Amino acid sequence: MMRLLRIVLLALLACAGVVHAQAIEPMPFANHAQELRFQHLTQQLRCPMCQNETLADSNAPIARDLRNQILKLMQQGRSDDEIRQYLVARYSDYILYDPPLKAGTVLLWFGPLLILLGGGGVVLAALRKRKRDGGETTTVGELADNGEDW
Amino acid sequence: MNRLLPFIGFMLLVALFGFGIWWNTRHDPNAIPTPLLDKPAPAFSLPKLYEPAQTVSKADLLGQPYLLNVFASWCIECGVEHPVLEAAAPTLGVKLVGYNYKDAPADAKGWLAAHGNPYALLIADESGQTALDFGVYGAPESFLIDAKGVVRYKHIGPITPDVLATKLRPAIAAMLKEAP
Repeated sequence: MMRLLRIVLLALLACAGVVHAQAIEPMPFANHAQELRFQHLTQQLRCPMCQNETLADSNAPIARDLRNQILKLMQQGRSDDEIRQYLVARYSDYILYDPPLKAGTVLLWFGPLLILLGGGGVVLAALRKRKRDGGETTTVGELADNGEDW
Repeated sequence: MNRLLPFIGFMLLVALFGFGIWWNTRHDPNAIPTPLLDKPAPAFSLPKLYEPAQTVSKADLLGQPYLLNVFASWCIECGVEHPVLEAAAPTLGVKLVGYNYKDAPADAKGWLAAHGNPYALLIADESGQTALDFGVYGAPESFLIDAKGVVRYKHIGPITPDVLATKLRPAIAAMLKEAP
């Protein structure tokens, strides 16, 4: 009896790993390589219904439909890029977690760099000004005191 | 001037956050812009809800504009928009086509019997396969399709009286004015 229980528990434990890896339901993959490719691709795609979840993780019906469709397209021999294009043609760039670089997304891509450069410029200007005002007598301690001024 | 700099920086941040809040209240952040806008609607061939032996294709519907309304009996917001559609259907100016999405036919028929049926034509996509080509990701969604089969407007979410008056009717009017 104990032995049977142990086997059942072990089997359950093994299942838990599989369930976790596939999030929702087992899918009929041809081989492990296809499964890995599927996992990799669906993790880069956004569920249209629940936009903070990937297609791989989401439980929404539309995510399940799209997972099935992606597998179908894979079985038809389409490449990852072709599958992405297929989805973008229907659900726009929203479906991609990695937004493509184009006119509408320039700010998204380079905005942080602009802010960093702007901030760096302000710091640099402030430091130069201090150096000029304080002259050679400026010490590190005085710099810190000046810093507290603002 | 230098002393004002941090304050100015702070105010700029406040303005940025304020803009973010304003921006997110005036549009639905979950609405996905359809890439189909001003492009031909995808080809489809779906059975009629009440006569499943007969299919309706995109070609069958060419020649006159229609509003394709994606609905389902399980969809709560569809119940919200349904009275609006029922009241508006006779004066809409275009044919109202019901697209029953991922629904059991019996459930759909029961729902229509209970809530009323404003649709001139009803097609059923039980598997939701064709809906993927339309970029449907929920219900309700509505597509305004012109006589040439081109998508002219899409609304995601329920058609409220406000949406009807400020968006849908003007879109229909603009379409009919261009090609009656």
